[in-house]
Amino acid sequence: MSFFLVLEERGGHIERVSWEALAAAHRLAPAGEITAVAIGAETAALAAEAAHKPLGKVVRVEHPLLAPYTSDGFSAALYQLFQSQSPTQWVVLPHTYQVRDYAPALACRMGQVLIGDVTGIEDGPVFTRQLLQGRLSGSYRHRGNGPCFVSVQAGAFRAEALNAHANAGPAPIEIFTPALDPAQIRTRPSEPFRESAQTVDLGSAQRIVSVGRGIKAAENLPLVAALAQALGAELAASRPICDNGWLPLERQVGSSGHTVAPRLYLAVGISGAIQHLVGMKGSACIVAINKDPDAPIFEVADYGIVGDLFEVVPALTEAVKAG
Amino acid sequence: MKIVVAIKQVPNRDAPVRIAAGGKWIDESDLEWAMNEPDAHALEEALQLKEQHGGEVIVVSAGPERVAATIREALAKGADRGLHIVSDDLGARDALGVARLLAAVIKPENPDLVLTGLQSEDLGLGQTGVILAELLGLPHATLILHVEKTDAGLKVKRELEEGWFQSIDMSLPALLTMQSGGNKLRYATLMGIKRAKSKEMRAVSAAELGIELAPVVTLEQISAPKKQKSTQILSGSAKEAAAALVEKLKTEARVL
Repeated sequence: MSFFLVLEERGGHIERVSWEALAAAHRLAPAGEITAVAIGAETAALAAEAAHKPLGKVVRVEHPLLAPYTSDGFSAALYQLFQSQSPTQWVVLPHTYQVRDYAPALACRMGQVLIGDVTGIEDGPVFTRQLLQGRLSGSYRHRGNGPCFVSVQAGAFRAEALNAHANAGPAPIEIFTPALDPAQIRTRPSEPFRESAQTVDLGSAQRIVSVGRGIKAAENLPLVAALAQALGAELAASRPICDNGWLPLERQVGSSGHTVAPRLYLAVGISGAIQHLVGMKGSACIVAINKDPDAPIFEVADYGIVGDLFEVVPALTEAVKAG
Repeated sequence: MKIVVAIKQVPNRDAPVRIAAGGKWIDESDLEWAMNEPDAHALEEALQLKEQHGGEVIVVSAGPERVAATIREALAKGADRGLHIVSDDLGARDALGVARLLAAVIKPENPDLVLTGLQSEDLGLGQTGVILAELLGLPHATLILHVEKTDAGLKVKRELEEGWFQSIDMSLPALLTMQSGGNKLRYATLMGIKRAKSKEMRAVSAAELGIELAPVVTLEQISAPKKQKSTQILSGSAKEAAAALVEKLKTEARVL
């Protein structure tokens, strides 16, 4: 039986979220049974990096047509790998935009369904993931014999847990060359680009005041901006605010925007959908102001005020100024 | 261009949710329902493409009787006709099971383009569109903000993580999953609502499609999320709560 962990590369290195996925994989099988997959046009350096982690072996799935990333290329190459080493029992991946783009199709090709965005693994195994934008959580099980595909949410498992493993020396590295034809790749992606020059650096801000849907209208933003100013904080926002054009995209916190970890993160009128939480839950101190006591933002908040932001925010601005 | 838009009806974003007896799903008895927001953006993109290039927009949705209201809403906004896969056991199907239902009614339409939202606001699986592309044998792209028709097919703008984008060229037919916020949603006009009443809406029962219910992945139980931190809730009037918070931030958290 085979157990695969598919690693994701960015900027020439393996993303941290891949090591979090390895920590999750350790809940399902002993480290020595896990095969890490480095996939791309050039994978030697990635494989060498992976070989020092607690896992059984590394396989390089390499082909010139695997750069740049395409769903068609990755699905075809990984399908061939999994078929060649059957029976494949587990495929664990980090839950990234790239994985969301191809893993459901790959699983479907094998008659399977990805259990995506997993935040916990309990005995069974039972997989936990969020429902209804984080307002509830669901327990999922895999049925039948086919390989079980699982993708792991960023930040849900600790990559530091890997350090506890004894260093058994580098794992062996193998090469797998998939048969790919240019005609199989039906999309032609461009180089990634950014929209505009960045004028704020949320990543290095010590204090951030962030605003969400609860603010209701662009005209109400000065209320929150005044609080940010009183606190000496940068103003940020959740996705709907930037989608509406009320604040520029460079101020967006969340999976599609910035990941921040300031000393103080004050969330105003943000319910706390998972896409937002992944971008800020590493903040040292989180404060939430929301009218809904069941809003998921309170699950990660250190301090909370349940109330009407149109009353609480001006009162807080005054209290900060007075203090 | 013949465009199929797959939409889902989901609980209204602000509707309070309660776990139903048995703990398998939420109590749906008093819920308000709405069109899944990313699907609304997919519909909007389809309507704009039709306005620019002509063609037809067909809306497909699966679910119980109540789903017809959401299809009507799409027709009122300008879609030409609706296909309702009537299914009372949608929740017992996994993403592949739902995608098979959709594929069964979409395939005979031979569309040039299939659009859907990138994920639903209830289950949030974010897979149905990608699986549908695989089942229909179509190239796909996900997290799309903008679609442009070119001589060779399409040029789309895809969102990447942390503020990056890329453009992708692809030929037609194709499937795209749309991200929210790429376009501005229209409201149904009174005239649109009136016209929708005479538009074609075909209902097919899931049983008729002959797709067996054999989930690979099952949702066993739902529960309130585990708290990751113990939150101190500061109560009192707005003024009292604000003063208490400033005090905590200074003396306890030491961030002011």
